Amino acid sequence: MNVRVGTDDVRGQLRNPMKYARGLGSAQSGVRHWWLQRLTAVALAPLSLWFLWLCAGLVHADYAAVRAAIAEPVHAVLLVALVVSLFWHGALGLQVVIEDYVHTRWQEITLQILVRFGAFLAAVACLFAIARIALP
Amino acid sequence: MSPIARPISPHLEIYRWRVNMWQSVLHRLTGLFLCLGALLLAWGLIAVATGADAWGNFSAFCASGLGFVLLIGWSWALLFHLCNGIQHLFRDTGMGYDAAQRDHSHTPSYFATGWIVIAASVVLTALVWIALFAHASGGAA
Repeated sequence: MNVRVGTDDVRGQLRNPMKYARGLGSAQSGVRHWWLQRLTAVALAPLSLWFLWLCAGLVHADYAAVRAAIAEPVHAVLLVALVVSLFWHGALGLQVVIEDYVHTRWQEITLQILVRFGAFLAAVACLFAIARIALP
Repeated sequence: MSPIARPISPHLEIYRWRVNMWQSVLHRLTGLFLCLGALLLAWGLIAVATGADAWGNFSAFCASGLGFVLLIGWSWALLFHLCNGIQHLFRDTGMGYDAAQRDHSHTPSYFATGWIVIAASVVLTALVWIALFAHASGGAA
């Protein structure tokens, strides 16, 4: 099939140019998932090392010392940042794993909902716990 | 609704295993395992917020044999996922991705960095635990 108008191949113009300008692709989400996964990864790289260091310092600490360490403003704020980026990153990763391996539609949808709700609930529970510990 | 039985192309079994395939598989497995670790973090934070008894249950689990094995597993999983993730971020920029760097007969940096990532994750995990034990025995003496 040779579809030409002048020197331009019309087949290349059957899509509205706005489609390319917005860059959203067939799933209408563009690179949002990819970008958020990288963004949370970049946040988690230093935060997870800091968290490892925090845990290492608390290995033999008693309850009061652990509570006091988490209540320190800098630690509480960094823990909030860690929890948000960790559960977000984890949910994005689990979403892809489910998309890749669960091919029965109702099971896939059910798992996607459970992952989103579970990650959100766990993150909120962590934030609530940090607030209870750190706020007077 | 059952999946449609379409013809499929040959899968992993026809390829020779190379380090980047191990990295890919390990990245996903450690990611799944770390999602469980995130729940341990949630348990720990909720336990601290709840009180000394709840914290006692949590720290008893961490100090148990199962908890110890899991913590070693989680520390390595975290460090591998971190090292491999950093390599992912560099490769996202296109670094180390051209044909010459994937060609084993010329400059196999594409594969060398993979082995470096795996070795670094193991060495870092060992250093973390050696430091913890050294600190514990130093503190007790």
